[in-house]
Parts: sequence; C-alpha cells; structure tokens
Amino acid sequence: MSDYLRSYLTVIFLAGAAFVLVGGTLSLSRLVRPKNPSASKLVAYESGVDPVGTGWSQSQIRYYLYALLFVMFDVEAVFLFPWALRLELFGVFGLIEMGVFVFILLLGLVYAWRKGVLRWV
Amino acid sequence: MSLLAQAADGAADTSAALATKLATPKVDWIAISPAVVLIAGALVLIVIASLAKHTRWVRGFSTWFTVGTALTAGAFTFPLWDRVNHARGTSVLVDALHVDGFSVFFTVVAVGAVIMATLVLDGYVLREGLDGPEVFVLMLLSASGGVVMASANDLIVLFLGLEILSISLYVLAGSHLRRAESQEAALKYFVLGGFSSAVFLYGIALTYGATGSTNLTEIASYLAANIVFSNGLLLAGLSLMLVGLGFKVAAVPFHMWTPDVYQGSPSPVTGFMAAAAKAAGFSALLRVMLTGLATQRLDWQPIVWVLSVASMLLGAVLAVVQTDVKRMLAYSSISHAGFILIGLQAANASGLSGALVYLFAYAVVVLGTFAVVTVVGGRGDSSHSLDQYNGLARRSPFLAVALTVFLLAQAGIPATSGFISKFGVIRAAADAHSYAIAIIAMLVSVVGAFFYLRVILRMWAGGDDHDDSSDTVVAQIRMPIATQVTIAIAFALTIAIGIAPQMLIDFADRALLR
Repeated sequence: MSDYLRSYLTVIFLAGAAFVLVGGTLSLSRLVRPKNPSASKLVAYESGVDPVGTGWSQSQIRYYLYALLFVMFDVEAVFLFPWALRLELFGVFGLIEMGVFVFILLLGLVYAWRKGVLRWV
Repeated sequence: MSLLAQAADGAADTSAALATKLATPKVDWIAISPAVVLIAGALVLIVIASLAKHTRWVRGFSTWFTVGTALTAGAFTFPLWDRVNHARGTSVLVDALHVDGFSVFFTVVAVGAVIMATLVLDGYVLREGLDGPEVFVLMLLSASGGVVMASANDLIVLFLGLEILSISLYVLAGSHLRRAESQEAALKYFVLGGFSSAVFLYGIALTYGATGSTNLTEIASYLAANIVFSNGLLLAGLSLMLVGLGFKVAAVPFHMWTPDVYQGSPSPVTGFMAAAAKAAGFSALLRVMLTGLATQRLDWQPIVWVLSVASMLLGAVLAVVQTDVKRMLAYSSISHAGFILIGLQAANASGLSGALVYLFAYAVVVLGTFAVVTVVGGRGDSSHSLDQYNGLARRSPFLAVALTVFLLAQAGIPATSGFISKFGVIRAAADAHSYAIAIIAMLVSVVGAFFYLRVILRMWAGGDDHDDSSDTVVAQIRMPIATQVTIAIAFALTIAIGIAPQMLIDFADRALLR
C-alpha cells in the first residue's frame, strides 16, 4: 500500500466507527422502544393540513430565466477566480482579455434587461 | 533576447513566476478580421436594437446593419487573399487557426450567404410579423462559426466553430414562433445535432489518443513519421469524426434530420442552412481529411466512396416521390452532398478545386431557390406543395424564369453553374481513376433531372384545374424589392458562372490548403 493510500486509513477507520456508532444506537433503540402503530399517528398533526388533489400539478416556472442568467454569471466566476489569482502573470494582456469577456457578458445582461427578463411578472 | 531567456527561466521556476509575465501569443488581427467583424457586428446590433425605444425602424436598421457587417467582413478578405496568394497560409494564434486560400474561399461563401439570406429574411420578418433583430444577430454569429471552422487548424477549435455555427442554427430553425413545424424542426435539429456533435467530439478524443495531438499539422507530421501498427484507436477516431461531419453536411446514413428540418424551418433560414452550414461542414471535412489525416487516405477513401454513392442515390430517388417542394429540395441537397463528396473521395488537387466550385455554385443556386420558395410559400410560410407551383409562370413570370434556371442548374444543364460544378467533380473522379463513382454520378444526374423538370413543367404548362374561368387576369405575386434583388443576383451569378466559369475555377484552384 502506498503512502498516499495509507494516509487515508484514518479516514476509513473514522468512517467505520461512525457507521457502527449510528447503526448501533439506532438498532438498540429499535429493540428497546415500545411499538404500537395506528392510523391516527400517520395524519398531519397541528402543523399541517390534509393534502388535496395530486402531487402532479402545474406550477409557475417564471424563475427559469433567472436561473439561466444565474448560470451565465456563475460560469463567468469559474473563469474569473483563476484569472484573478494570477493577474500579475497575465499582465495587461490578461486584463484586456478578461475585460472583453466580462464586457460581452454585460452586453448579454443589457439585452436581458431590455427584453424584460429582470421584471417580475 | 536575454529578456526572453529570462522569461523562459522564470516560467520554469515557480518561485519567480510572479515576477515574470506570461508569454502571450501575438495576434495577427488582419488574419482573423472577418470573424472578428462578424462577431462584433452581431454584438453591436443586438445592443443597439435592444436599447432602441422606438421599434419601428429596428427591422430595417437590422437588415442594413447585417448586410453592412457582412460586406465589411467580405472586404477584409481582399487584403487576406492578396497575402495568402503571395505567400503560404499563415498560422495564427499559436497554430490554432490556419488562414490560407481555402479559408478565405469559405469566408467569401459564408459572407455571401449571410447577405443573400438577410435580404430575403427582411421581407419574411415583415410578412410573418416576427419581432426582433435576433434572427439577424444569430445569422451573423452562425457565419462567424463557419469562418472559424473553415480556418481551424486544431480539432478543438474546429469543434468550437462547429458549435457556434450549429447552436445559432438550432435557434434560427425555431425562429418562426407561431409555426409548430418550426418549433418541431428546431427541437429535432437540436437533439440530433447535439448528438452528432458529441460523436464528433469523441472522435477528436480518440484521434488525440492515437496521435498525441489535436493540432492538424502535428497529427499529419506524427502520422507521416510513424507507422501506427495497432491503429484501431485511430480508425475509430477517424470514423467517428466522419459521422459527426457527415451529419452536418447531410450525407446518407446521417441524413434523417434533413427533410424535417428543411421543411419546418423558415424558408430563408433553410436557404442559409443549405448554403452556409453545408459549406462549413464540407470545409471541416476537407481540411481534416486532406491535411491532418491525408496519410490515412486508403482508410477513409472507401468510407467516403460509400457515403457519396449512398447520398447521391438515396437523395435523388427519394426526391422523386416528394410532394412538398421544401422536402424535395432537402432530398436534392442530400444528393448534392453526395456529389461534393466525390471531390473528397478523389483526394487530389482537382477534386478539392471541384468540391469548392460545387459548394460555391450550389450555395448561390440554393439561396436563390429558397428565396423563390419563400415568396411562393405565402403568408404563414405553409404553401409548399407541388400544386402551388402550377401555372406560376402566369402569376409571376419573374419567379418562374428564375426558379427554372435554378432548377436547371441543380439538374446540371449546360450554360448554368450546375453543369460546371458537376463536370468538375466528375472529372476529378476520372483523374483519380475511380470510374465507377463517375458513372454512378452521371446516372444519378439523369434521375435528378426528372424531379427538377417536373416542377418546371408544372410552372409553365400546369394549368389551374380548379380555375375553369377563362379570364386572363391572374393575380400577380408581389414581393419586396430586397427579395427581388436577391433572386436577381442569384440568377445572374448562376448564368455568369455557367457561361464564364474561369474566374470561379481560378479562385478555387488557388484556394489551396497549405
């Protein structure tokens, strides 16, 4: 076994201990507790109302455009962080390149804004 | 000099890396100017059009701005052509792009397709009440993807160009928001196109595994210097790339999407798709096969042979039974893809030049054809059955004459561009001693002539059966000036190439891959 794998042994032991501990306490409590099921125990109590209709109903998906915009800027961050870490290395060239990239994304935001995507309808 | 050495040392030494600058590639702006102009034009257009308060002038402005952008991009090809003609092609951006006569040729085709499709789209957008400048923006972006594809010297860059081209086209196919067929076409094209892109990407990965590079020049030099004994990986990569690109050019077994997408897409977009997307697909196919994998010619030539013959035969035979003109033209475009593949199969200089001439001539003809189809389709873009063409000559002699010439050109009748292009590829096949495919191509041309002539016959001799009154007043078809201009340009070019083809042939002969 390589050193690299051996250093994971501790993790494996701790994971095993966690499984034993949680599994052991849960099964012990299952053995000692009284068991008396009834129908009234399964209904929503005080903090809920009885469900009406099926779970398959239509719902508003007006968030999807926000989700799309979010993904766009989230992916932008993936490129921004490594670039920001090594800004000195890339120099002025890198600054201009990232400026162009962010500018094009901003144009996308302007377009989305003018198309009314940011308005809650 | 010593500064460079220091920089190299510094980059190797990570502790000193912060103090040094990354060696940034020199950017040859002239070489990449057509693509840059197209992308910048698209961005400027979408911002101006979306910021506009009054939307009345936006449509006209978008049209002229798009045409202006395309013309500017086209103008930048002149200094480029001058340069690649006097020296060898230049490799740009660390060998990611290779700007040579070949890529300039396809830039001209893409830019020309944008201009002609935009002029038709202008009237179409007005007639169908579509909104927004998005179609024009997407068309510019799609053309920029085509330009990147034509000049890519790296498989990854090629894939990037392919995706820019395709994703724009998926949206363009669905740009008629109120036609269900348009939506259906977009979805079909998107799902199948995404699938084929993935296949193509897998082919790139396997080729990289076999040769150790994605750069076409390096792949070529590796394959020239080494004999690959267990070449299963390379063959798998090669065939997967053929599948992906065969899909884009609609060669037969990968043609299933073509009829539905061509039929459902807005007619001007279909014309653009048939001209620019096919040209871009072929530019990638020709470059990958004739530069990167040129040494593997004996492996891919039989595959291309089968693709070519199957496309020609199936396209022509299935076009005969179509009753919808757009579907018929889709099958005919499959058949034409087969003809262009003959040029690739020949794998010689005359084959390359023949394929280029064919693509140019076909792009002109198909853009003109779909301009006519757009007009005849009428409001709603739905009247595309063959019956709509009965007696077209009486309703609009201009359209009938133009469509007659376009269809004759597609059939390959002398004095039209189609004859020159068919002659070029068949001569190339004869030069390469593949006589069988040359004979098949000639026979298929006869089958093709049938369904083109059928439409022509309906236009000139087909009476309006339902119209039993003998009144001489027939409702004339009206069309916007821009559409008329497009049809006239395509008409003039088709005849001009047919009568005096030498200029185009010279252009194609000098548009070499080097």
